[in-house]
Amino acid sequence: MKKNLDMRGYSCPIPLLRTRDALANCDDLTVLIDEPAARENILKFAASQNYKAECSDGKGEWTLHIVKP
Amino acid sequence: MSWVWILTAGLSFGLGAVLLVQAGNPGNYGFCAACQLRDIAGSLGIHKVATLQYARPEIFGWIIGAFAMSKVSGEFRPRGGSAPLIRFFLGALMMLGALVFLGCPLRALLRLAGGDLNGLTALAGFLAGIGTGIFFLKNGFSLGRARTIEGSAAVSSYLPVIAAVLLTAAVAAGAGFLYFSKQGPGAQHAPILVSLVAGLITGAVALKTRMCLSGGFRDFFLVRDTFLLKIYGLIFLSAMVANFFFGTFKLGFTGQPLAHTMHLWNFLGLYLVGVSATLLGGCPLRQLIMAADGNTDAGVCVLGMLAGAGVAHTINLAGSGAGVPVNGQIAVGVGIAITFAIGWLFREKVLVEATA
Repeated sequence: MKKNLDMRGYSCPIPLLRTRDALANCDDLTVLIDEPAARENILKFAASQNYKAECSDGKGEWTLHIVKP
Repeated sequence: MSWVWILTAGLSFGLGAVLLVQAGNPGNYGFCAACQLRDIAGSLGIHKVATLQYARPEIFGWIIGAFAMSKVSGEFRPRGGSAPLIRFFLGALMMLGALVFLGCPLRALLRLAGGDLNGLTALAGFLAGIGTGIFFLKNGFSLGRARTIEGSAAVSSYLPVIAAVLLTAAVAAGAGFLYFSKQGPGAQHAPILVSLVAGLITGAVALKTRMCLSGGFRDFFLVRDTFLLKIYGLIFLSAMVANFFFGTFKLGFTGQPLAHTMHLWNFLGLYLVGVSATLLGGCPLRQLIMAADGNTDAGVCVLGMLAGAGVAHTINLAGSGAGVPVNGQIAVGVGIAITFAIGWLFREKVLVEATA
């Protein structure tokens, strides 16, 4: 199932925790964030779980697309 | 690339801290986001303890250095509006906990690197506090969304750096509106230029690496990432080697500079800091750095820390070489209860939208 998560405006580590929770019951997640620290933490988390993650750059915002293998 | 930053951050903070002590700062007091802010509060007259009054340029350097680096790297973002008043109180409580122990988490590590084993008790408390904070986060705690500040209102994001520049000029000029301690820890300080340059370098590095001790443990527990912990490990090692070199390493619990041996209160002091820092999304150092990069919520938190220092030293809550007064013990207990209440009450349900 595909899901979307809007984490703009949340400070660290809430975007990471909610992303992790959301991925517990979906395998294709798009996360919208605007905190550089959150982007790095989520990408590190995805790498640590061997999830495929893509990051596209918006204007001061990022869209992370995470897919479970 | 990451090794370059680990080396830069570890060595600049670790060696810088010991060199600042050699240049005149009190023992194990090269950098401290809590004590040095407390001295600034004293200098501004927010508290009237005559021995703790000096507008420490290290802190102004952190803010100016982090601001400059955030502008250069394009990370400066005016934002705010996530429960500022709650952040003010959590900042005050975080300061209270740090002043009961006599140091922020960074100084706890620097104290340990100088052989002060009370740092170990305090760091254990800090870890336990982070664990408690993560428990609240996992149960849905959040202070809500911050918003990007647009238009002329964005000027509020520049206030911390403006204040830092003005106060640096004021302390350099010996301005009459600042208090300067004539004796005690407040009278011990490195030359202004040395403190300022040390602050500028480490502030820029802290912004770039997002240094945060609570963040370091969190990254390790949640994603097994050790980048921040390696930095803190190197700070510890380089400060310890430098202390051996200068003969300032002294192993033990007793007779340590600006420290006491009430183990329970050292533990609970930084426990309170750990819970507050996790709920706030950053330790005292990180709050100062975020205040510089446009986060007005962190700016409000720093004001809370200044107010907390004022209250702690006005109604006798802070620790000293003699220990923690009863008032301070009660205040830490009440403070922990307040953080629990905030952690439990501020829960929100996150909307996860299903698209297919």
